[in-house]
Amino acid sequence: MSDHERDEADATNGEPVPDGGETAAGQAGATAPGSAAERGAGDEGSDPGVDEPPTDESDQRAAERPVGTGAQSVVRALENADIEYLFGVQGGAIMPVYDALYDSEQLTHVTMAHEQGASHAADAFGIVSGDPGVCLATSGPGATNLVTGIADADMDSDPMIALTGQVSTEMVGNDAFQETDTTGVTDPITKHNSFATDPDTVGDDVGEALALADSGRPGPTLVDLPKDVTNGETDREPGAPQMPETYTVQKSADRTNVVSAARAIEEADQPAILAGGGIIKGDASQELYEFATEYELPVVTTMPALGAFPEDHELSMSMAGMHGTGFANMAITHTDLLIGIGTRFDDRLTGGIETFAPDAEVVHVDIDPAEISKNIHADYPLIGDAGTVIEQLHDQIDRAPDADEWRDQCVEWKEEYPMDYPVPEDRPLQPEFVVEALDEATGDDAIVTTGVGQHQMWACQYWEFTEPRTWVSSHGLGTMGYGMPAAVGARLAADDEQDVVCFEGDGSFLMTLQELSVAVREELDVTVAVLNNEYVGMVRQWQDAFFEGRHAASEYGWCPEFDKLAEAFGARGWAVDDYDEVADAVEAAVDYDGPSVIDFRIDPQANVYPMVPSGGDNGKFALSEGQL
Amino acid sequence: MSNDTSTTPDDSKALDGPLPEERPEPQGKRNAQGIRIDPEAEAELDPERVTLSALVLHEPGVLAQVSSLFSRRQFNIESLTVGLTENPDRARITLVIEETRPGVEQAKKQLAKLVPVAAVRELERDATLRELALIKVSSEHPDKVQALAEMYGGQAVDAGAETITVEITGQRPQIENAVEAFERFGVREITRTGTAALARGATETAESGHPPNAPMNDD
Repeated sequence: MSDHERDEADATNGEPVPDGGETAAGQAGATAPGSAAERGAGDEGSDPGVDEPPTDESDQRAAERPVGTGAQSVVRALENADIEYLFGVQGGAIMPVYDALYDSEQLTHVTMAHEQGASHAADAFGIVSGDPGVCLATSGPGATNLVTGIADADMDSDPMIALTGQVSTEMVGNDAFQETDTTGVTDPITKHNSFATDPDTVGDDVGEALALADSGRPGPTLVDLPKDVTNGETDREPGAPQMPETYTVQKSADRTNVVSAARAIEEADQPAILAGGGIIKGDASQELYEFATEYELPVVTTMPALGAFPEDHELSMSMAGMHGTGFANMAITHTDLLIGIGTRFDDRLTGGIETFAPDAEVVHVDIDPAEISKNIHADYPLIGDAGTVIEQLHDQIDRAPDADEWRDQCVEWKEEYPMDYPVPEDRPLQPEFVVEALDEATGDDAIVTTGVGQHQMWACQYWEFTEPRTWVSSHGLGTMGYGMPAAVGARLAADDEQDVVCFEGDGSFLMTLQELSVAVREELDVTVAVLNNEYVGMVRQWQDAFFEGRHAASEYGWCPEFDKLAEAFGARGWAVDDYDEVADAVEAAVDYDGPSVIDFRIDPQANVYPMVPSGGDNGKFALSEGQL
Repeated sequence: MSNDTSTTPDDSKALDGPLPEERPEPQGKRNAQGIRIDPEAEAELDPERVTLSALVLHEPGVLAQVSSLFSRRQFNIESLTVGLTENPDRARITLVIEETRPGVEQAKKQLAKLVPVAAVRELERDATLRELALIKVSSEHPDKVQALAEMYGGQAVDAGAETITVEITGQRPQIENAVEAFERFGVREITRTGTAALARGATETAESGHPPNAPMNDD
């Protein structure tokens, strides 16, 4: 199949036009009349095991263990997509699928303590491995418990598939026991969902959902599986996963726009790259590195892009936004050409739209056309895959921009706004010290998962990220309790020699800490660092700044002893109050080959700075509460 | 370096660096749509009424998906109709929305992004647009009702001892005028459809050949 060149006649006078570059339809196999494939669009063809015809392995599986039911077809579709792990919880309507899983040697099911944990574990598995994570739950409460994790994956564009049991088709609509309109509930928070109707095609439904989850802009998909469909007889093996004929992905950007953007970059005086999570999803870190270093472009990252560009490189300006570094926020405020790649210009990054990069022309690279000019107007829209478009730009640029002065300015800002935190002798343990201690004690490729709150921001700021797929967090949805179940999924996706560290706050950890039982049962080597201030700390910080210190429902005043709780679960536990205990506890916990928890009793009054208040001006970030 | 004296004693953190008011400031500004503007002369964008046509897979749930999309993203819908097309596998959804230009563009892109949506197009102003109204009035003056219906190119479709129902089709202003005109006969009930639309001449209303994920030009 050949790539289909779009007519570029409407691109006149070299002016930027809405990007309509090359399009490839994600269609494999038979060509339907009038379909994208027939019209001459190319096969997306880059997703191993997705768009390819059935392999010898799948034929072999079919010969050894032929499909007899819809549930077995579901399992076969997962096997054919090279899935290894599933995260879920048993229950009535999903039992046929679990029964079919019982016979699969390839698929390992991890029983989680709660379905929310299953969805976060699958999400984290997808982030670390780059392949869709799979979660399962029964109908009704099982499905609704997955919802938070599905919404989380949707906000962060993570590849994930949820398989939910459903009451039998003839019961649907009658308010049957454990019936919920799962496809209705999850429609706004999935990339796509479907309701299986036939044992003969249910495996294809799963194949399609898997293919959609990690093609183009990734995202969660869901297949609802009524019990009569999974129990129903079929001898049909699922076919090769086929993308819906209406789904297309544009891989490379319109050439005219690439040329205009290249000229703008050459002529910029104060260029900056804003690397977004799309760099990591698109496996474009190498292309980004070569592009940025060749033309000496300072690189600011968003939160999901931590690890997309090595933070120890001189061109790295670290993370911008609400709790970004001062120098990153200065650079993003004063740049005259912002090259945003794989970012959706979230409000926690931009602050107030009116004051965001107000002097900058914007080059916006994204695979999702709906992100172009959604929040920030794109002067140079470049629709396509991050790595592909970076290479297109790279090939098109003739000379590096003349930006010596600007780079000196960036270095000066790094000196003016250092992230050095005070360590007052009369105050309890400072959290940044703990983050740095764990960073030092673990390998460069260590994976960090977090919950949501102050501890998450300290992890962003004080851990030095140098490799992609090592930062696993809840960015867009901001789900407290994400860290522990994410550590389970991340551990199973990571290489054995990679360390996995989970930062949690006391409040955040309390939301999902039952998943520690899974880490113990599955003998997973993860180190949980609880930055315990006996507060919902970020709320307390906002109350001090914006609500006259009225600590409504943010003050715990008491927390369980997390070290003892860990021991009760069968994990190892330590409690740390002072600086001189930190190193030993960290070393012991990291060395322990199994789950461990360190309860760091940190300064309850510690705040996260810099801080840009919600909707504020990035250039006016506060360095202390008094500046807010 | 930090000479900030207003730090509260409880606030253990204060990083070093020039105060906000000591920092250089950029010159420019953006409007609420994220477009750079002249800070001195900010113009409000006026909403436009546009007709969008979407060719979608003819399968359950698609209408719900489309209406839920427009609701959750706060696009203003004036009307929405859905119906069969020449292709049994495709249905056509016609939407009339009222949005600023960036809002219209965003609505088109979000619509095109839905997996079951095959093609989306914004229709030109000269497109053929039709609505239908059924107006049930008192049957006291059947001749006058019939005459008025004919004036609006409509006809009586039901007549009984007490009521007459007339059918009017036309563009929205024509329907509005007709509804107003029939008021004098004592309107009992009215039902109206949304707008159905096709592009003029040989232009395809929403070409199935259009890559749905690429933004659409207006031409």
